[in-house]
Amino acid sequence: MVAVIDYNMGNIRSLGNALGRLGAEWVLTSDAEVIKKAGRVILPGVGNAAEAMANLRRLGLPEVIWRLRRPVLGICVGMQVMCRHSEEGDAECMGIFDARVRRFEESPEIKVPHMGWSRISNLEGKLFAGIGSGSYVYYVHSYYAPLCPDTIATSRHPGMFSAALKYENFYGTQFHPEKSGETGERILHNFLKL
Amino acid sequence: MPAKRIIPCLDVKDGRTVKGINFEGLADVGDPVELGARYAAEGADELVYLDISATKEGRATFTGLVNRIAERINIPFTVGGGISSVDDASRLLDAGADKITVNSAAVADPRLIEAIATRYGSQFVVAAIDARQTEGVWRVTTHGGSRFSDKELFSWAKEVESRGAGEVMFTSMDHDGTRSGYPCATFARLCSSLSIPVIASGGAGSVEDIASVFLDGHADAALAASIFHYGDMTVNALKERLKSFGIEVRL
Repeated sequence: MVAVIDYNMGNIRSLGNALGRLGAEWVLTSDAEVIKKAGRVILPGVGNAAEAMANLRRLGLPEVIWRLRRPVLGICVGMQVMCRHSEEGDAECMGIFDARVRRFEESPEIKVPHMGWSRISNLEGKLFAGIGSGSYVYYVHSYYAPLCPDTIATSRHPGMFSAALKYENFYGTQFHPEKSGETGERILHNFLKL
Repeated sequence: MPAKRIIPCLDVKDGRTVKGINFEGLADVGDPVELGARYAAEGADELVYLDISATKEGRATFTGLVNRIAERINIPFTVGGGISSVDDASRLLDAGADKITVNSAAVADPRLIEAIATRYGSQFVVAAIDARQTEGVWRVTTHGGSRFSDKELFSWAKEVESRGAGEVMFTSMDHDGTRSGYPCATFARLCSSLSIPVIASGGAGSVEDIASVFLDGHADAALAASIFHYGDMTVNALKERLKSFGIEVRL
């Protein structure tokens, strides 16, 4: 069973549909007991990092997530709140990944948000089994985690940033695997098979 | 910079795809889900579904259709056509749409953009802008280009950005349907004045036209309908050609 954490942060329909296409059983929940028992946990998220952290705290979930020993995947803002801190709303985050999330600096050449398909490179570990370096994934974000010791994939906009992070059983992707075509489905499949 | 996006556009009336021929091996080209899945498999970066139903029953059918699209399609998709309230947007979000387009209703009441963006985020709101040039001024039109509004293209585009739109989709009504190419200088000015992505729509007749709107017009994405619906060209074949112009595309 996959527990998708419900903390009122955006539409999870597309994630649920993607899990359904992979044949996974999943449940949307904010119940700590359900989350602790789940074989896999996904922390989705679209929106504001400070609001996301406030919602998680209100539900008493950061302590629950820290203690999980089964594979956990944060997606987009879900990954960002697993970092130390986010510039978005000056939010103290969960501190699982050793990164401080920053905003892209706008310029005539750099559009913010970074939206669309970009390549992933420097792929490390089982999450990317069968995925070629240079594959494209779909992004929508204005904040990013810089490169750090937990980085297991990189993208450029135009500077290099962390496309994915890993610390022990915790994984995070800045891109949306549920919207990234066959490449994204393979990454979700890999996560379910870890 | 992300890869330049190619976005097939499907017109839907009463739950069925309008146009759409020439697909060998596709059981039902009239089914928007099947046709969308085909485009996705052929390399489309996103899909746009426009509801052109004129009736309430047609609109209800469309919402059901959006549910089926969301279950099947593994790339982002946008829906549009007649969205005039936050409730309309909510209904489509709940059905699984990744983005919605607002057009005439936002011109009539620009606060609609803020209302939807505040609730669901800027990434959910694409502002579609139709405009026509008269006496050297690009004037924004509504209702399929049939009515002039009091707005001018460039200032309106800045306004939708500041009100929270995540992307702008610009159609020149002077070029739409003519297959004579895009007004690239206008696109270049629009793209340089905005920090959000610009989708070019309406006017493509050839691969060269699409290459120009990327290279000279600096557009981030191109919406195309007839080149796929009527031509023999698949999305990936188009992208292979664009790549030969030095344009970065996802292949």
